Amino acid sequence: MNDLIVKTIVRWVIPFIQLFGVYVVFYGHVSFGGGFSGGALIGASLILYAITFGLKASKKMVPHKRSQWMESLGILWYIALGLVGIYTSAYFLGNKAAGFYMGEAGQLLSAGIIPLLTIGIGVKVASTMITLFQKLVEENEDV
Amino acid sequence: MKKLFVVTVLTLLFLILVYSVLEMPDFASLNSPAYNDLAHYYVANATEEAHATNVIAAIITDYRAFDTLGETTVLFASILAVTSVLMGKKHE
Amino acid sequence: MFDVLLKHMNYIAAMALFVIGLYTVLMHQNLIKKVIGINIMETSVFLFFVSIGMVQNGQAPIINLKDASVTYVNPIPSALILTGIVVAVSITAYSLSLIIQLYKQYGTLNLDEMVDEVEHD
Repeated sequence: MNDLIVKTIVRWVIPFIQLFGVYVVFYGHVSFGGGFSGGALIGASLILYAITFGLKASKKMVPHKRSQWMESLGILWYIALGLVGIYTSAYFLGNKAAGFYMGEAGQLLSAGIIPLLTIGIGVKVASTMITLFQKLVEENEDV
Repeated sequence: MKKLFVVTVLTLLFLILVYSVLEMPDFASLNSPAYNDLAHYYVANATEEAHATNVIAAIITDYRAFDTLGETTVLFASILAVTSVLMGKKHE
Repeated sequence: MFDVLLKHMNYIAAMALFVIGLYTVLMHQNLIKKVIGINIMETSVFLFFVSIGMVQNGQAPIINLKDASVTYVNPIPSALILTGIVVAVSITAYSLSLIIQLYKQYGTLNLDEMVDEVEHD
């Protein structure tokens, strides 16, 4: 798309969308939101960038290699946190019993495993959205 | 002709669905069988057991974290499926 | 009669959406429109499921630590429907990729033309 107004506004809006997405991910356990919605926000902002500036710019910003790493790291981080529970002789994905820092309910640093898992889910969902979009679009380019 | 047939069948289906839905408990009623002990348990104990004020976050990442692991696996599998389908060459 | 309908408004709306989605899937020969129809049907199921969890004067289940007398909405349907949304996204992406391959093969998105082409060969 070659429109000055759209390009300028998108360039201004994307940081705020991403900031809001990061907020939704990090405050998932004390207010509305969570990993899926925050990750979807970040992924949507990346897709908006890809729509406005074209596939080449989007691939420069999020190359396939990087998004692949993000996906694998998201899911491996989730499983590793689950295995911590087994290491501390609790159960898989245990929270309080596994000895995570629980804090006080309502604070940002609390709830043990929940914010950590939420970050993993957010990374995973965001990278999945942008990867699917790039895969589907790049296939259509040479038709 | 086909359109008329489809519209008739779908109208009948809609009426059957509405008829069965009207037998359900009222919308937003407190006596709904879905609002049972389990829901009360989650609301009452999520702050003490998981230390999270967002009950839904406590459910999906503490009580049912294994289910969420499955969900992320579904996302992973979808990328795998899309990549493998799009890699195929044109069949001559 | 009207009172009963009004008390089940959300459920009836979900059923109407479901039938609209089914109509889209059945009547349109364009594959992309079929995928859109399937998505409408999925949305109707989500609406139905989340409506079941609604409770009178209920608030969203973010526990208010200062006020213990608040009624909260049933959190279980909202938590479970996340799985459904994820599966819906995956199914949509997969069917779109299949449609892309079909378009490469036949040069059309119309199901009737595809069937014609297969029968001519």
